Amino acid sequence: MSGSVTWNETTPTIAGSKLHLMRGGSGRAVLVLHHDIGTPERLPFYDTLARSFDVLVPHHPGWGKSERPQWLRSVRDIAAIHSWMLSDLGLSDVSLVGLGFGGWIAAEMASQAPNAYRKLVLVGAMGIKPPQGDIADQAIVSYLDYPHAGFHDRAAFTRVYGDVSTDQLEQWDICREMVFRTAWKPYMYSQTLPHLLGGVKTPALVVWGDDDQHVPKSAGDAYVKALRNARLETLAACGHYVDMEKPDELARLVSTFVNAN
Amino acid sequence: MHLMYFTEQPMAAYDAKEGLNYGATALTFSNKHYDPVAASRLYNEFLEEYIMADEWGVDGIMLNEHHNAPFCMQARTNVFGAILAAVTKNAKIVFLGNPLPLSDNPVQLAEEIAMIDMISKGRVVSGFVRGGGQEQLANGVNPAYNRERFVEAHDLITKIWTEPGPFRWEGTHYQHRVVNPWAVPLQKPYPRVWIPGVLSRETVIWTAQQRYPYIALNTAIDATKTIWDTYSKAAKDVGYEAGPENFGYLIRVHVQDTEEKAMQNARQFMWMQGEFTGLAHPVWANPSGYFSPSGRRGFVEFAVGRAKNPRGQPSFEEQVHDTMIVAGTPDQVIKRLKYLIEHTRPGIMGLWGNDGTVSAVDRRRCIELLVKEVMPAVKEHGKTLGLKDPWEANAPVHLRYSTDIPVQRAAAE
Repeated sequence: MSGSVTWNETTPTIAGSKLHLMRGGSGRAVLVLHHDIGTPERLPFYDTLARSFDVLVPHHPGWGKSERPQWLRSVRDIAAIHSWMLSDLGLSDVSLVGLGFGGWIAAEMASQAPNAYRKLVLVGAMGIKPPQGDIADQAIVSYLDYPHAGFHDRAAFTRVYGDVSTDQLEQWDICREMVFRTAWKPYMYSQTLPHLLGGVKTPALVVWGDDDQHVPKSAGDAYVKALRNARLETLAACGHYVDMEKPDELARLVSTFVNAN
Repeated sequence: MHLMYFTEQPMAAYDAKEGLNYGATALTFSNKHYDPVAASRLYNEFLEEYIMADEWGVDGIMLNEHHNAPFCMQARTNVFGAILAAVTKNAKIVFLGNPLPLSDNPVQLAEEIAMIDMISKGRVVSGFVRGGGQEQLANGVNPAYNRERFVEAHDLITKIWTEPGPFRWEGTHYQHRVVNPWAVPLQKPYPRVWIPGVLSRETVIWTAQQRYPYIALNTAIDATKTIWDTYSKAAKDVGYEAGPENFGYLIRVHVQDTEEKAMQNARQFMWMQGEFTGLAHPVWANPSGYFSPSGRRGFVEFAVGRAKNPRGQPSFEEQVHDTMIVAGTPDQVIKRLKYLIEHTRPGIMGLWGNDGTVSAVDRRRCIELLVKEVMPAVKEHGKTLGLKDPWEANAPVHLRYSTDIPVQRAAAE
């Protein structure tokens, strides 16, 4: 099935650094923003979406194959880089799909351009201080324990990562370093973002796994409250990495929502 | 030679089984096991022991700090430094050191150290450290900027100590608009700065570039020689020959009147299951971004249990054999230490005397024998080997005060 989608790789230079961008499919443009632990090059979720949309999956600056801008300090910096990339590509009416940490980036992008995007999908998004509970601290657990905890079903983790290679562990260390460089304090949220989301005119869908061990669902409720036009969908028997654990369900939710007027 | 007494100030008054059951004795090991009544007694005992060491004639008292862990009771090295400034008479107060990146306000550190230098009438040696990984986590400090913060805080503090204020500091990690503390060091151009460390090659090179002495903490003889080689090469690159005055060595030494008692007490050096900084998860010691990227691959395998600790985990017997722990009667210890300094040639030496649950009576006997018998003999032998400390060698406080490097002198002017 995934063979039917052709992905093209480009490396646009944004703010002085090369960004790794995968692009596949056709239709309305959907920018997918990956998790704090980076992303495998291909995922069933991306392929499924690309059968209906023009899907863009950049590696965040400093993550994966994207160069690290040494000056980068915040999630707002990352948001600005992705906005710059979309602008350079001449894309408009783009929908944003933010996964976990990428959800925080998507929310920042929307708050900076309240009218600019077609739809906003936030999946287990970091970025808001959860009214109840705390966002899991990856600094004190191992490279395996952290992603493990983000899956409801360990089999789903194994399906994606298999026997984790040393290359992958090294990548996770680099991802973690980038999280520290951009989201150390307060850890994984912005104190000002909730106050800026009220202006966002883009309709928003907030998706949460009912067993998200990384970001408490109360943060999802807080997003729905802070945004002007948002609703919450909860997926049963699902952890934080909804895109990897329930790819078809998430793709269906995204497709329906993006295509709706 | 300059010979210092050191103790981690162990907080051994807790149930050791609790730590073993929990599987860690650092960072997240709950302070509900902390007994402030016992700690109050211990603080005062340690203080009395420092005073005794000073009265018996020790060259220096080495102090450090750690957080969230029973292996070290000093949460602020400057607190004990300030007390010792007032209650001791002659010993140098050697901070090894203030963990610069932990501070959001290096100006305040510069003030504190200057105050202690003045109160002690110029007895401060102001060592600086990056602080271990778990110290960053315990203090909420970003490990990814640790080295940048270390260098910038150092540059700010030494500017405060050498240039009149007020001035502005608009740095990357520190911004201060009116730097003008009314407290400057008594020692000029500023108190000697020594840099302790374990394995960071980058720190060794940076230290050599400053011409600061590097103090190897409990490294094996071979590893120590590698550090010296790295240092010497970096020193040559900036135009000077490194000598014993550039090298220091901290070694665990326990001495008693009988070998049996000394060996029994020396086993307490292993009380943290052989880990200096407590039993901890590897990612606490090396949070992402803290460690050199060159070691990333080996480290991630260790962190998930696929590889052995790159530092190894030698047994007590192996450490005694390798001279990483020295224990015995004064004669036995002197013999061993002579061997050690012949092979490593340090001008500065720290003798880490007591650890774990060693009793107050035994601690004091150990310190007395160290200061009255062991240290004088080691110093005497050091003299015959030409091992001069930075004062004896009249070494410059920093590279820029060198008188043997014409180019540098011109650059400083």
